Amino acid sequence: MGEPQSNCPLKLYSYWRSSCSCRVRIALNLKGLDYEYIPINVVKGEQFSPEFRKLNPIGYVPALVDGDVVISDSFAILLYLDEKYPQRPLLPTDIRKKAINYQAANIVSSSIQPLQNMTILKYIEEKVSPDEKLPWVQCHIGKGFESLEKLLQDYAGRYATGDDVFLADLFLAPQIFTAKGFNVDMNQFPLLSRLDEAYSQLPAFHDAMPEKQPDAPSSSTS
Amino acid sequence: MEENYKASPLKLYSYWMSSCSFRVRLALNLKGLDYEYIPLVEGQQYTPEFMKLNPISYVPVLVDGELVIADSLAIILYLNEKYPHQHPLLPTDLHKKAINYQAASIVHSSIQPHQNQARYIEKEFGPDQKLPWLRYHIGKGFAALEKLLKDYAGRYATGDEVHLADIFLAPQLYAATKRFNIDMQDQFPLLSRLDEAYSQLPAFQVAIPEKQPDAPSSRTS
Repeated sequence: MGEPQSNCPLKLYSYWRSSCSCRVRIALNLKGLDYEYIPINVVKGEQFSPEFRKLNPIGYVPALVDGDVVISDSFAILLYLDEKYPQRPLLPTDIRKKAINYQAANIVSSSIQPLQNMTILKYIEEKVSPDEKLPWVQCHIGKGFESLEKLLQDYAGRYATGDDVFLADLFLAPQIFTAKGFNVDMNQFPLLSRLDEAYSQLPAFHDAMPEKQPDAPSSSTS
Repeated sequence: MEENYKASPLKLYSYWMSSCSFRVRLALNLKGLDYEYIPLVEGQQYTPEFMKLNPISYVPVLVDGELVIADSLAIILYLNEKYPHQHPLLPTDLHKKAINYQAASIVHSSIQPHQNQARYIEKEFGPDQKLPWLRYHIGKGFAALEKLLKDYAGRYATGDEVHLADIFLAPQLYAATKRFNIDMQDQFPLLSRLDEAYSQLPAFQVAIPEKQPDAPSSRTS
């Protein structure tokens, strides 16, 4: 899992700190799928190379290569993996719970994460000041987390939508990790704090976290 | 298709101009599903009643009997599973299915959330910043979609049937051309062609913002 094995059909282009890449790493771990980890340093701009743009025209990580199939976007990759490798399903069978998983995942992927990415933060930094970045991010994370607390209160068990780990958890765990990095006060979010603690006990999540990746700096500064 | 209130179990909370609501209207029309259209007046999304339905206070919200779901992608995938036989919204081929998810996500996560910020950008940085912001984010997404779909497109985005990618593209293209006057033809020939194809679909024609019950009788945007 996450080893340099060039014979692996599954290759994941990833950046250690990318929360979108982290979602896919968790899924691969949960499903027990070996993959080759190919680091893309987004701070150095490696996502803009012609080779990588061929894999993902929008220039984001993660991208998954499975033999001849190339897919990008974490949501697309996760649903693809779940259908191709149905061991350890990422979605519940109950259609209502499945919908709540999609809803929670999309609160993260559309209402929180896009507003904390590098392009946006650079814009805020340049147009306003570097001091404005943190309040901006904290505001959007806070709004998203408040709504997740309310959405999940009727569904959560040990994990976000019951006693098994599902899609919502794969989106929540990396987002909570990122939030803590931005000094979001998690005491405001008791359910998400409890989930965060639960995720930290799971090897599949633990091994997917940024500091465990091959391209993480040897001394983490986050 | 805003029909008989008593018979319809499906209710859609929608705003005429919301491209996320437009996606769901399109999906409902493709599947031939009747629904009650419940318009949201500006500001109403922050009322306690609406926030009970969707804690993040966005439209669209679908109510199907006891079940309440928000977020257009969640709603559409739910509808596709609950009503699988009428016009399936995903191809059976797994790779093509994944490309549909990827294209939908480019719109859903890389274009529309930034488009949504345009009002904030205008307020904080001035009206002359709004259009560059929109052009940048829409342009970036559209450039990626042109490249992604060129190996898959047929009459529509991923072949000759309307699928999930089209449901997300159509409203985004509509907004880009009708609201933001993005120049499509030269920069985005494939997307231009798709935009034209969508305009011919009855399911699309009935779903457009101007045809909704809450659209103002004279458009000002």
